[in-house]
Amino acid sequence: MGGIDLALSRGGIHGLAGESGSGKTMTALAVLGLLPGGMTASGSIRLADTEGPGAGSDSGFTELVGAPRGVLQGVRGRRVAMVFQDPSTSLHPQLPVGRQLTDHMRHHLGLGKPEARAKAEALLDRVRVPDARGALSKYPHQFSGGQRQRIAIAVALACDPTVLLADEPTTALDVTVQAGVLQLLRELADGGDLSILLVTHDLGVMSAVADEVTVMRQGLVVESAPRQQLFTAPRDEYTRSLLAALPGSSFEQAGEDAR
Amino acid sequence: MTSSTTAVRPPRTRGGRTAHPFLRYALRRVLTSLLLVVGVTLVTFVLTNLVPGDPVAAALGQRAAEDPAIVAQFRATYGLDQPLVVQYFTYLGNLLHGDLGVSTTTHNPVVDDLAKALPATLEIALGAIVLSVIIGVVLGTIAAYRRGKASDHVLRVVSLAGLSVPTFWLALVLYYVFYFQLHIAPGSGRLSSDFSTPPHVTGLTTVDALLAGQLDTFLDAASHLFLPVLVLTLYTVGLLTRFVRTAVLEILDQDYVRAARAKGLPTRTVIWSYVLRGASIPILTVVGLAFGSLLSGTVLVEAIFAWPGIGSYAYQAASHLDLPGIMGVGLLIGVMYLLVNLIVDLLYGVLDPRVRLAS
Repeated sequence: MGGIDLALSRGGIHGLAGESGSGKTMTALAVLGLLPGGMTASGSIRLADTEGPGAGSDSGFTELVGAPRGVLQGVRGRRVAMVFQDPSTSLHPQLPVGRQLTDHMRHHLGLGKPEARAKAEALLDRVRVPDARGALSKYPHQFSGGQRQRIAIAVALACDPTVLLADEPTTALDVTVQAGVLQLLRELADGGDLSILLVTHDLGVMSAVADEVTVMRQGLVVESAPRQQLFTAPRDEYTRSLLAALPGSSFEQAGEDAR
Repeated sequence: MTSSTTAVRPPRTRGGRTAHPFLRYALRRVLTSLLLVVGVTLVTFVLTNLVPGDPVAAALGQRAAEDPAIVAQFRATYGLDQPLVVQYFTYLGNLLHGDLGVSTTTHNPVVDDLAKALPATLEIALGAIVLSVIIGVVLGTIAAYRRGKASDHVLRVVSLAGLSVPTFWLALVLYYVFYFQLHIAPGSGRLSSDFSTPPHVTGLTTVDALLAGQLDTFLDAASHLFLPVLVLTLYTVGLLTRFVRTAVLEILDQDYVRAARAKGLPTRTVIWSYVLRGASIPILTVVGLAFGSLLSGTVLVEAIFAWPGIGSYAYQAASHLDLPGIMGVGLLIGVMYLLVNLIVDLLYGVLDPRVRLAS
């Protein structure tokens, strides 16, 4: 993988598209310094120190590549949070939802148990999980897939991060609940300070919510453009073939031609 | 488990089926276990009667066994002249009254013998299982975290060695080295001769001594425990370490561990609250199995350390063809296995809400 150049803007959703194995997830994990054993990131990943614990640093940003473990642990979950693909595996099946919502809050923000639980309840309300108070003492398997992903998003939002990495957040969900989760992400971004990196192989998802779109293939960025431009006037051949693969796409013809 | 009871509130309490799902689960497990106990009585009875060798001759001695009158009287006394089926039902009926027959070696009721021997065995078996779980979980987790590094390889070789060494040989060697050569360990038995057994409460000498406030008796009992517990621990700790390593490696690959790291939680919290909690179910399974094999592995160890437990009693009963004694031990060990399994099954429910809350 190499040559990936991404910039997230505040309050925006940046889509990262590409087929499976093209390096989208690795890009997200690299931001958190969580690449699987043996892999390392090189180059530069900078997190703007506009507010929160890093505010007012001399350089104005925190360099994440090669950062010491302590720095990374202070960034993970606190300033950059992540939502994983399948909420039925990314939430611990043996821990009550309330515990998973509050443990990092208590660690990062130093909240006491009652404050953390009150905040967790408010978060569940915000992501529209019904009966937020009762939900705190339930376990993940007692929720539907869509609700579980909302809970996972609430977990990610718990410490008011500035960046949210969403790795295929709707892929494992029923089609009927995908739209609701996407809408929630859009609302969160529109809320102001949160930048979202939306990783997905689904250009349909992308066209629905992303502001900027970057297309990757085999570990390389092939095209990066605002949504409107990318969907109406793609420059790269590969982007065109992806668009052509969308059902009902106006690029069907172009895709045929390209082949 | 306060959180669990509140969590149970919403699902399926309507329609009159108010029984707590976990209670129903527990009840089902208990009933299955009781059925299996009947199976165990049948198996021990049949197996014991299949043993070649004449228990009459063994009990009476060669000369008396040559006198038909004495033999007939002996057979009548112990009901051995009845058909096997009748003998089995007599045995079952007596069992319901807590009567396991009279040992032909000690001439005591088998129940009394076993009640005296069981705490001694439990004391070393419990000591060994607690120690092996602590050591096995710590070493196994370290090995998993350092997968492929030098410490991982060392732990794997050491645990394989622990698994491969025969228990009785290890017991003899340690006894020889620590008692005969170094004079560090005390001799055989549960207490030195100048101590008297503390008042009976639990039957575990160490616990009873503490309850009676006899600190020096406790220390003496603990020092007698040391070698047998060490031998049994070395026997199971290798198995546990290897198993914990595998289980933890599998959990480390789970999304929820990656998610916990992505939350910026300290490594300590990730290991305790996420990794080991996830691995707790497979670990529990193997701890149950290990405890079962400890109970049978204790026979030779008890014989070597003259430890007056179930193992010694089984050894003695088997070598004298004492059928009531052998059946009693078989039944007791079978029931212990079932009990351990039952406890493991119930703990699954405690550890895993999906088991506890599913109908």
